[in-house]
Amino acid sequence: MHAGEAMNVPECCQNIQPAPATRAGADSAAKIVVQGLNAWYDRRQVLFDIRLRVPDRQITAIIGPSGSGKSTLLRVFNRLHETVRHTRVEGIVLLDGENIFTLDPRALRQRVGMVFQVPNPFPKSIFDNIAFGLRINGLRDHLAERVERSLRRAALWDEVKDRLHRPATELSGGQQQRLCIARALALEPEVLLLDEPCSALDPVSTARIEELLITLKDTCTPVLVTHQMQQAARVSDFCYLLLDGRVIEGQPTRQLFTTPRDPRTEAYLTGRYG
Amino acid sequence: MERHLDHDLKDLSDRLLRMGRLAETAVEHALAALLAGAHRVPEEEPEIDRLQIDIDHRVVALLALHQPVAADLRLLLAVTRIAAELERIGDQAVNLAGSAARLEQAGPLPLAPELFRLGRLACQMVHDSLQAFLERQPELARQTLEQDSEADALRDSIFDAVRQDIARDSAQAPAALEALLVAKNLERVADHATNIAEDVLFWLTGEDLRHLHPVADR
Repeated sequence: MHAGEAMNVPECCQNIQPAPATRAGADSAAKIVVQGLNAWYDRRQVLFDIRLRVPDRQITAIIGPSGSGKSTLLRVFNRLHETVRHTRVEGIVLLDGENIFTLDPRALRQRVGMVFQVPNPFPKSIFDNIAFGLRINGLRDHLAERVERSLRRAALWDEVKDRLHRPATELSGGQQQRLCIARALALEPEVLLLDEPCSALDPVSTARIEELLITLKDTCTPVLVTHQMQQAARVSDFCYLLLDGRVIEGQPTRQLFTTPRDPRTEAYLTGRYG
Repeated sequence: MERHLDHDLKDLSDRLLRMGRLAETAVEHALAALLAGAHRVPEEEPEIDRLQIDIDHRVVALLALHQPVAADLRLLLAVTRIAAELERIGDQAVNLAGSAARLEQAGPLPLAPELFRLGRLACQMVHDSLQAFLERQPELARQTLEQDSEADALRDSIFDAVRQDIARDSAQAPAALEALLVAKNLERVADHATNIAEDVLFWLTGEDLRHLHPVADR
């Protein structure tokens, strides 16, 4: 892996609008900047010259069909991609201006948390699911307070406060996913990566997670990968479309879903792609 | 790939174009009757009103069921706006018929050639804006927008002529005032056509051109 050189903006990236603003119109700095990123599984290249910016304290959605590379891109952001054998990454990913490939992966993952597609609570109590990550990261003081704060932020506290020491596996699917979000939030990450977090959930649980995501913007920067376009439309402030490992277009979500610039975006959003 | 939604959008567009043809016919016939000194109640009006409600209900259902985005969403918004413009064009035809009824008492319509010219321009603008919708032609929609100032100028010249007619012979005032009302109604038809052209451009290109051209209302 090596840092990529600065390049001219290729044709595929010319539809990326810089400096995304919030829905309220205020400008904000980029939390993550990606420049010339390429990724491979063995010899198969899955990401091609990705360039994008993730604005701070806004929800960025990455949409695209299955196999477009969106989950791989997310896994590059906390260097999980490299944990798979025979993978390779080239290019630059800056977190607050620091190249993440120069950081200790474990320290990076404290700053960049992740929630997966299927809820994966540990086979422990609700309390210990949160406390476990805190303990192994050396955060042993005020444990009960930290657990409560995380559960409150994940909008789960009221539902579990009387059964904190019951097995997490007794929770419903939606509650388990919020528990996983609480577990990630316990380490107070700056960025929270969410890979299809609602794909295994019913509409009511999905709505709760979406509401939760919007509240998380106050304290961190959620990055959401989803193949549910309407979910991206509902919750995100900025949205990128990936097709075949390339960024096709990035725009404030409202613009992308009403007046996309690239005909491929138009075709994908209206179900005419492929 | 043909989508289920495509069939519904095509059906909706067909209904809008049918409404458009009725509105266009209503104005053409009302104007012809007026210029021939006859009084004709536009028989298209009830069907125009019915179609507007029908189209709006269909748009609401499509929004709720398909949650369209991008060009599909813009099309549905444009269709409901255009239907409202067409309904108002139908109302202008009723107004023209009202002038024809009053002229049975007030005497022959003055400035008939000028009013005919304005009426023909307004009908052509309605036709072109709908054709731009049918053929998805942004350029034709832009041409329609450019014709609005011509309609405004024609109306202004008719207003000036009416003023002079009344100053010359106040006995002509009742008929001259009807000519003024007819000019106003025809110019409104041209305004509605302009709005339709703007809606077509919004659908086809995403541009929002409303309220960008100078207001020349009198």
